[in-house]
Amino acid sequence: MKRRNFLVALGATFVAGCDAISDSKIFGSLVETAGNWHRGIHRALGVGRITMAPEFTRADISPFFRGNGSLEVDSDAYRASAANGFADWRLSITGLVDNELSLSMDEIRALPQRTQITRHDCVEGWSAIGEWTGPQLSSILEMAGVQEGARFAVFRCADNLNGADYYESCDMDDAFHPQTVVAHQLNGEALPVLNGAPLRLRLERQLGYKHAKYLTGVELVASLDDIEGGRGGYWEDRAGYQWYAGI
Amino acid sequence: MASKPKKPRKKHALSTRIWHWVNVVSVTILFMSGLNISNGHRRLYWGDWGFASEHAWLEVPRFPGWATIPGHYSLATARDWHVIFAWVFALGLLFFMVRALMNGHFRRDLFTKLAEWRPKNVWHDIVEHLKFNFEHEGVKFNFLQKVAYSGVIFVVLPLMIFTGMVMSPGAEAAVPWLGDLLGGRQSARSIHFICAFLLLAFFVVHIALVLLSGPIKQVRDMITGGKIDEEA
Repeated sequence: MKRRNFLVALGATFVAGCDAISDSKIFGSLVETAGNWHRGIHRALGVGRITMAPEFTRADISPFFRGNGSLEVDSDAYRASAANGFADWRLSITGLVDNELSLSMDEIRALPQRTQITRHDCVEGWSAIGEWTGPQLSSILEMAGVQEGARFAVFRCADNLNGADYYESCDMDDAFHPQTVVAHQLNGEALPVLNGAPLRLRLERQLGYKHAKYLTGVELVASLDDIEGGRGGYWEDRAGYQWYAGI
Repeated sequence: MASKPKKPRKKHALSTRIWHWVNVVSVTILFMSGLNISNGHRRLYWGDWGFASEHAWLEVPRFPGWATIPGHYSLATARDWHVIFAWVFALGLLFFMVRALMNGHFRRDLFTKLAEWRPKNVWHDIVEHLKFNFEHEGVKFNFLQKVAYSGVIFVVLPLMIFTGMVMSPGAEAAVPWLGDLLGGRQSARSIHFICAFLLLAFFVVHIALVLLSGPIKQVRDMITGGKIDEEA
């Protein structure tokens, strides 16, 4: 019993020391550096080719696609839009583009489509597999015309979680990645509300919290500093999750 | 690479000692931050996907604050620690492996010879261990030590890195065959967890044997390098 108490005390002391370090500025910059190293090596490991998230067959699709975070948008406007089959939903493309766009659901469905069966990995540790359909973000961005100086794509969402609007962002490499899709279908059906109806981003080489649901707009920017909390995403601002979620 | 390993002057090469103490820090931090990450989702699955209890093969306990980094549940901070020290650990292992290949440590001390696998020798080794007789009769490690150290260095530690990579969507996209090889992301996660506890078991036995075989000399030798035993 005594030895166990000693171990607990030792563990607690060590943990307390680590907690103090966690809050320091140096630790924060180390985290950022490590994240950049991971991102760099993940892309470098492709040795020239674009790395692709694994794609699966229909037989691999999980029986249910779990939802997490916001499971609906708590507003009358959203409920009215849902009741109307999202006929009035629009996706805006703004920021550093030649022509700002405002696309209707019909216009999005009329674009060339990509269907991919991919695995969704939550930061918590679980995974689900689903089949997603929608236009590639690259084709939408090309329609708008990307201006020089655009370094990040910011994804605006309709949902408000714990008092803050959900948003996410990625670099241009991920924005133009072939598997980065604005999905309006899951497993061949219109996207369920719990999974982000009517539009959800698929950013397949990163964890689930990057796959923004209830998508209302894409904004191209030169810097993330002035957007919301400045860390590039809802969970990044709120809880300190890593902006590069490829790890 | 030398054709014949030179006889070392010290019991532990400098590279081995550096790696040993770096691992004390990095593996401890990886293990304890890993326990915090485990608290984020306590079910383990086989295959590529799984999210509910009916898919799970194991639900692990919630690990208490004194055993986790940080001391309260924070998936974000725990992942920060894990992501930083993954680099320290992986680069350290690479550094050690290159040095141990170059200085002959692997060939001289760790690789077992076929004759050592004879049941008689294995049994003899087990009996001597149970008698707490740790004399090695002229070689650095006896059979059980070689198997334990080789198992950790060549199987468990590399598996920690490879399963960790499969769990990272960015890394898996770069080396998708690794995911297939390890049976899918959730299998990799299960193996990662099992290997972590194999390492804990190794650590417990390692500490116990150090305590039983002259702990002060053992720790001193792992710092200064120590001298080769006369008969070796």
